[in-house]
Amino acid sequence: MVELVLFIIFGLAALFGAVTTVWARNPVYSALGLMLTLFSVAVFYVSNGAQFVAAVQVIVYAGAVMTLFLFVIMLVGVDRAEDRRENLPVQRPLALGLLVLFGAGVLVAGRFAWVTGAEGGRGAEGTVEALGSELFRRWVLPFELTALLLIIAAAGTVALGLFRRGEAEGGDEGEAGEGEEAP
Amino acid sequence: MSLLERLFANVWFTAAVKVVAAFALLLVAVILLVWIERKIVADMQNRIGPNRAGPWGMLQTVADGLKLLFKESVVPRKVELGIYLAAPIAAMVPAFLIFMVIPIGRPFTIGETAVTLQVTDLNIALLFVLAMSSLAVYAVVLAGWASGSKYPLLGGVRATAQMISYEAAMGLALVPVVLLASAQSAGDVGLGTMSLSRIVELQQGSFRWMIPGWFVFWLAPSFVLYFIAAVAETNRAPFDLVEAESELVGGYHTEYSGFRFALFYLAEYLNMFNVSALAVTLFFGGWLGPDFGLPPWIAWVMPLFWFFLKTFLLVFLFIWLRATLPRLRYDQLMDLGWKRLIPLALVWLMLFALVTAFRTWGAPWTEALG
Repeated sequence: MVELVLFIIFGLAALFGAVTTVWARNPVYSALGLMLTLFSVAVFYVSNGAQFVAAVQVIVYAGAVMTLFLFVIMLVGVDRAEDRRENLPVQRPLALGLLVLFGAGVLVAGRFAWVTGAEGGRGAEGTVEALGSELFRRWVLPFELTALLLIIAAAGTVALGLFRRGEAEGGDEGEAGEGEEAP
Repeated sequence: MSLLERLFANVWFTAAVKVVAAFALLLVAVILLVWIERKIVADMQNRIGPNRAGPWGMLQTVADGLKLLFKESVVPRKVELGIYLAAPIAAMVPAFLIFMVIPIGRPFTIGETAVTLQVTDLNIALLFVLAMSSLAVYAVVLAGWASGSKYPLLGGVRATAQMISYEAAMGLALVPVVLLASAQSAGDVGLGTMSLSRIVELQQGSFRWMIPGWFVFWLAPSFVLYFIAAVAETNRAPFDLVEAESELVGGYHTEYSGFRFALFYLAEYLNMFNVSALAVTLFFGGWLGPDFGLPPWIAWVMPLFWFFLKTFLLVFLFIWLRATLPRLRYDQLMDLGWKRLIPLALVWLMLFALVTAFRTWGAPWTEALG
């Protein structure tokens, strides 16, 4: 019961956030809408027993990535008198068509019986401990490779920024780029 | 008595009582904190400090709070109203939520039900704290932006960069705590824990001889790194560039007045209290301490006493720093964060991981691996 009420509230919040992200005139409101959506999704993770994923979602996306977005928006400067003419010839009808298709797909899929797996892990074992031992025992190689990839990407960003400027100045931008590496 | 037992057997009732108690406790703690800070800073600057309202000026904060409550709240014309009004609330909420997972005393039982002295015991409590402290930056950023004026905006932009940088250092400084907790808990590095109540329990016993088994004796470098990062995270001097009054008037809260300003002020002190309480929980044994063989009806007070004593000692450190050190320049702040704290935290993490592995499995050349 509690779960259902929570689902309805945060489902609506997630949708509202998503719509705001697309429709807001002001980029800061768009960023806030996106944050609302990310946060609501984190609540869904908690109600599914994946507390670790929820915490990481909030730390990485709501905490770090969105803060960087806001930082960039503020640095670039929010131009209120932005040119709002659209340069999207076919996208609108296309989106409508896809929406109809998606609705039809949902209606059709709803008529079939769904295969459901075993009940997912709940309680203490389903979260940090299980994830940690899986990640660092079975999937250790992919995990390390991903880390390597991220470091290469971060180093590449910094290097590109330096080369383009020609002169190694080492100001704020290099540091902001490194922020991607932290999560 | 049976009524009390039945009431506390109800989860919702217990939760409600705990939340209200935690709320009240935090507010009282902040009132005391502000007074203590003013008194200590005054002492260090050879002044007297507040001494009119109440004994030794103790009620000064209450008087100030009431004054702010009754003042007109001036809203400038160029603000983004919705965000401008929401920002002070966004400052308060994470500050209160962090305290919800910190255990402040020994669990006790009423009738059949065990009551823990923390609002909720999450098994990801440490991550929860980090998540909430990463949300705290929004209040500052949004307040700065929504004020529609240049000084708050500069404060907000500074806050973003500063808090992202030091969050990374803070998180890295806390990883060894989780490592040590897992090494301590099972004897074998296996099931670790991020639950704060469990981390406190693991610090029982002794380190060597008479020294208690607080994690700080293993992890002193972690504590130092965490504390520096925490000072920056809470925007306190010498890292208070966000509200540097000599450059930015009041920084992000320049355009706020009345009770909205009071909320920001409150949030700052709440954050200071929270990071100190977290440091006490992770490094200084939380509520653990001797109870001197007192009779049971009074002995339950001792854990609370130890917890608050330790927390206020750390808060004193904050105040001491503020009264002693001059404010850093902006590039110095960034240098310290990215070029000193984060590399140091990484090196220390690797060292400690190696030592933990040696202690658990033996050195690789002793062929104990098998």
